[in-house]
Amino acid sequence: MSKGRYGRHGGQYVPETLMNELIRLEESYEFYKKDPEFNRELEDLLNHYAGRPSLLYFAEKMTRDLGGARIYIKREDLNHTGSHKINNVLGQALLAKKMGKTRVIAETGAGQHGVATATAAALLGLECEIFMGKEDTERQKLNVYRMELLGAKIHPVTTGTMTLKDAVNETMREWTKRVEDTLYVLGSVMGPHPFPMIVRDFQSVISREAREQILDREGKLPAAVVACVGGGSNSMGMFYHFIGDKDVRLIGCEAAGKGLHTGQHAASIAKGVPGIFHGMKSYFCQNECGQIAPVYSISAGLDYPGIGPEHAYLHDTGRAQYVPVTDEEAVEAFEYLARTEGIICAIESAHAVAHACKIAPSMARADSIIICLSGRGDKDVAAIARYRGVDLRD
Amino acid sequence: MKKKAEIKIGDAFRHGKAFIGFVTGGDPSIEKSEEFVLKMVQAGCDLIEIGIPFSDPIAEGPVIQEANLRALSAGATTDRLFGLAAGVREKTDVPLVFLTYLNPVFRYGYEAFCAKCEEAGVNGIILPDMPYEEKQEFLPYAEAHKVDIISLIAPTSERRIRMIASEAKGFVYVVSSMGVTGVRSEINTNLDKIIAAVKGVTDVPAAVGFGVSTPEQAAEIARTADGVIVGSAIVSLIAQYGEDAGEYIYDYVKKMKAALMKES
Repeated sequence: MSKGRYGRHGGQYVPETLMNELIRLEESYEFYKKDPEFNRELEDLLNHYAGRPSLLYFAEKMTRDLGGARIYIKREDLNHTGSHKINNVLGQALLAKKMGKTRVIAETGAGQHGVATATAAALLGLECEIFMGKEDTERQKLNVYRMELLGAKIHPVTTGTMTLKDAVNETMREWTKRVEDTLYVLGSVMGPHPFPMIVRDFQSVISREAREQILDREGKLPAAVVACVGGGSNSMGMFYHFIGDKDVRLIGCEAAGKGLHTGQHAASIAKGVPGIFHGMKSYFCQNECGQIAPVYSISAGLDYPGIGPEHAYLHDTGRAQYVPVTDEEAVEAFEYLARTEGIICAIESAHAVAHACKIAPSMARADSIIICLSGRGDKDVAAIARYRGVDLRD
Repeated sequence: MKKKAEIKIGDAFRHGKAFIGFVTGGDPSIEKSEEFVLKMVQAGCDLIEIGIPFSDPIAEGPVIQEANLRALSAGATTDRLFGLAAGVREKTDVPLVFLTYLNPVFRYGYEAFCAKCEEAGVNGIILPDMPYEEKQEFLPYAEAHKVDIISLIAPTSERRIRMIASEAKGFVYVVSSMGVTGVRSEINTNLDKIIAAVKGVTDVPAAVGFGVSTPEQAAEIARTADGVIVGSAIVSLIAQYGEDAGEYIYDYVKKMKAALMKES
């Protein structure tokens, strides 16, 4: 079996042109992850630039209102750039510098990962180019301008469905053109080995902190941790240090869009089947001929036809559970959290909030749940208004 | 006509330097693909590559990406592509290989796919997203059904050339340039060096693809390589002339093969 396997999933299914570079990346990463200086620099960036550790907030009103488990919220939305994406990007950009790269490229869906990458590139003095589906550049004009302010060059992707999947295709194509001075800063726990491992390691800071914080506050581990899953980076970060704690339920929330029965969703565990795409073996939404299916979610960040290989493995082994959450449920949770706790969260994260609201009431009051609030919701306000029939334009 | 089982990829390299032509199967229709393939054969094409369309072909440039989408919109399926291959095989002895991505093959089932290849008379398969390290899961099925897995070598392969070429079957596909498929005015890679490294390890012929479109380029490459592979230039003719592309493809292949014969 080849490298980077999670059970039968994972691997390195990429063109030969990229193989040497992936091997080099893996070797560099293995070296620097043990290098005290690299770790010191990264910790410094995370603590003094990104604002870590992030808060573990006790949602008292929500807890009272739901009347069951004690609800805690891991506030990744409070990080610099407004989401968990910065954790991974600072790590990879620093790694790129150490490897002698002068340029980074990245895909983005809604723009969270693109903004984070452009930010890290600006800070560390790297050239930055972002590939974003043309449809997404139109839906997220503000983020496009934000990335340009940060000095990045944006390439609207006009191939295929013009969304996240196509942005990944185009970034991979760009990387095969120019690997020597360029690192592809992949945004999720997906793609060919070593990316799922690297991104997981950099995101695992979320559960490393959360585990300590909850033990400190509650004196015991949570009964469940809940996070949204597209490619799966915030959820893998949230799960990782709890995997060994067998009594902690790990719950990933997939985008069920307009409902699993409608065909308009992005639920790769519920509706996908095993496949090989974007460099990895995992579950993908696809047709019977293996053509990758167009997917849909109100959340651009979950609008991806696959899931990271380690999640696929956690699903196979039953260690984690993956549940579908619809647009409607997510929007209601988005509004509920704003009203109840005064927090406007990303519509992606609202999928996790929605599921926590479903399960908390039937859980014991002595137990706790941690919701990973992966991002803040400024970017989504206009879309939520539209969903509710309010036109915010003048 | 030879018996199906007697046709080998090596046959393609017995009439001077080989011209290897590519079309995306089902673009603009299965019937037209068969016609175009036979036109190529009449014009002297030594080996045919038929692309099984995939929704997300990450090693392809815009020309072949669009051909994939045209074929899929026109209703191409894996089974219809097997039908195309079988139809071609009934009419010609020219060796035939599929080019596709791993997911359509994986979904079909490795065993079922390779069995169908053998039945249809397909002699090999090129899978751009299956590098050396990942081929073990597919290899036993391919071997059992006499389907050669065509190995790719890239400008970045360096020390990997020995490992890859030593296990090569059919022919070695030398990728001329960094990046994706598509016509290029210049090829800057030191191909002579890569081909020499391949030749030092294996007797399997080496053909060069990615970016090749003109007779001059073909002649230049054929000084050291055993053949050239042309995809985008042919697919461009189909994009331009649609159902009427046959005669343009014929003229183009004729011209390319003539340039190669001078180097043979």
